[in-house]
Amino acid sequence: MKRSILALLVALALLAAACGDSSGGDSGNESAEGSSDGGNQSCAVADLSLFAPGRLTVATGEAVFPPWMMDDDPTNGQGFESALVYALADRMGFTRDDVDWVRTGFDQAIAPGTKPYDFNIQQFSITPDRDEVVDFSIGYYKVKQALIAYDNSPVIQATSLGDLADTKLGAAIGTTSLSYIEDFIKPSTPPAVYDTNADAKAAMDANQVDGLVFDLPTAYFITAVEIPDASIVGVLPAMSDNPEELGMLFEQDSPLVPCVNEALQSLIDDGTVASLEEQWLNQGGDIKTLSK
Amino acid sequence: MNSESPVSHGPPRLTGERGAGGIGHRWKELKVQDGARGALIAFFSTVVVFGVVTWVILSSSTWPAVRRQFFSVRHLREVWPAVWGGFALDVKMFIVAEVLILAFALLVAVIRSLRGPAFFPLRMLTIVYIDILRGIPLILLILILGFGVPALTLPGVPNDPVFWGVTALVISYSAYTSEVYRAGIESVHESQRSAARALGLTQWQALRFAILPQAVRNVVPALLNGLVSLQKDVALVSILGVREAVREAQIYNARTFNYTGLIAAAILFLIISVPAARFTDWYTARERRLRGGH
Repeated sequence: MKRSILALLVALALLAAACGDSSGGDSGNESAEGSSDGGNQSCAVADLSLFAPGRLTVATGEAVFPPWMMDDDPTNGQGFESALVYALADRMGFTRDDVDWVRTGFDQAIAPGTKPYDFNIQQFSITPDRDEVVDFSIGYYKVKQALIAYDNSPVIQATSLGDLADTKLGAAIGTTSLSYIEDFIKPSTPPAVYDTNADAKAAMDANQVDGLVFDLPTAYFITAVEIPDASIVGVLPAMSDNPEELGMLFEQDSPLVPCVNEALQSLIDDGTVASLEEQWLNQGGDIKTLSK
Repeated sequence: MNSESPVSHGPPRLTGERGAGGIGHRWKELKVQDGARGALIAFFSTVVVFGVVTWVILSSSTWPAVRRQFFSVRHLREVWPAVWGGFALDVKMFIVAEVLILAFALLVAVIRSLRGPAFFPLRMLTIVYIDILRGIPLILLILILGFGVPALTLPGVPNDPVFWGVTALVISYSAYTSEVYRAGIESVHESQRSAARALGLTQWQALRFAILPQAVRNVVPALLNGLVSLQKDVALVSILGVREAVREAQIYNARTFNYTGLIAAAILFLIISVPAARFTDWYTARERRLRGGH
């Protein structure tokens, strides 16, 4: 008994020591992301520091979903993110066959340490907190949120965020949709949080939530294909001047970031990204936007 | 072992040195010295072992990154209120579930131990229940009850995920726990039942007053073991969207990529499970002492 208490005390002391000066480390280790100087570094394929020399190794989710990628197959160039990666690879000087795909879960993608790929693309939204432990590319899509519900739900007639004050909403974990509910809708009942979109849908079937918030492209897809009985109540209004954007995720301090940003920026400038967006993400027609 | 004479436990060199009372006294003194030396050795070996482990960890080049993501004081401060609030829900679910499990499992075990051909259908029912429920993964049971049953939209059936999560825990854990009870019931010697029946007790009374009190006492450590296990498994209810401690930590983790909240949740769970484990050991040791040192 005495011995185990001793051991416990020693262990706790060590844990405390481990935690002790981490707040200093938090601020000390931030790198100056924005100012990464791409100017004097060559972005030719031969000069890039890649996971596999001469090849672009891209990670995405284990099970990927339309309209981001189609048929759970990132290699077919179909779907917004798959098409974007191939356009990006082309702009950087890779051929189609130079692109390798690996699959990671969300947790593998965010765990500390070296990563077995060049970058990861699975609708990661860029936030300052996340930026402390990984690096992001510039944004490739500005996220809009949408509310979906069944026709008999109390939220189906909502026209403003105020109408949602006394409802029970749900969202998937780690999404900007969840942050949107908590930060802007602020319903009296805290939103339910699910591991996956599939669980969120099951909860709506079980009448445990009145409605679900997804990013708009996902909402289109879900109401068109997965739960056709549900419909989009409305697009949720953008609440800040800098709406959250999706970015590609890199290992912290990856030397690749400036080169990818350069290529991505040129794809944005010449309208490639906008036309991919038009092709894959904007099929929903006119949907009302809820007022603030 | 003979518990009446402490001398028989002691080293032979002590015998004959003093009178009978003195030997006992001296023996205790030696034990205290041994205990102190043991504690000292334990302390130093613990420091050395943990020191080496710590040194190895700290020498890793990525330790600063790991520390920032797992042990950050700033993130701990931010995530703590949510995790703490979620933990209160964990404790509530845990207490309600444990009470129901202990009662329901006992009922199942008693039914399964009933004698006589008339009870065959009941016995069979309990066997089927135990076999099937022990074979179904708990997480699946939670999903089926939590999402599936409310989706039937039957009138009068609740759709609260906490209700169904706790129900799944009770159903699953009762199957295991009833087998623990049954082991206890079968560990009571047959002669106890015969003796009780010979005194004129009915089968039911024999069970109630002779068998069960001994049976339950025999399996208290195993029951406490299940209690510690349940205490962690309540977190599985989070899959239904219930925001308990682990889920709150995961939400924070997914938003910030920082794992400190999960460490905080783990520490809260330890605050319950470590004392429970120590209590189990203490109880087992006490039982052994009271029953004559086996």
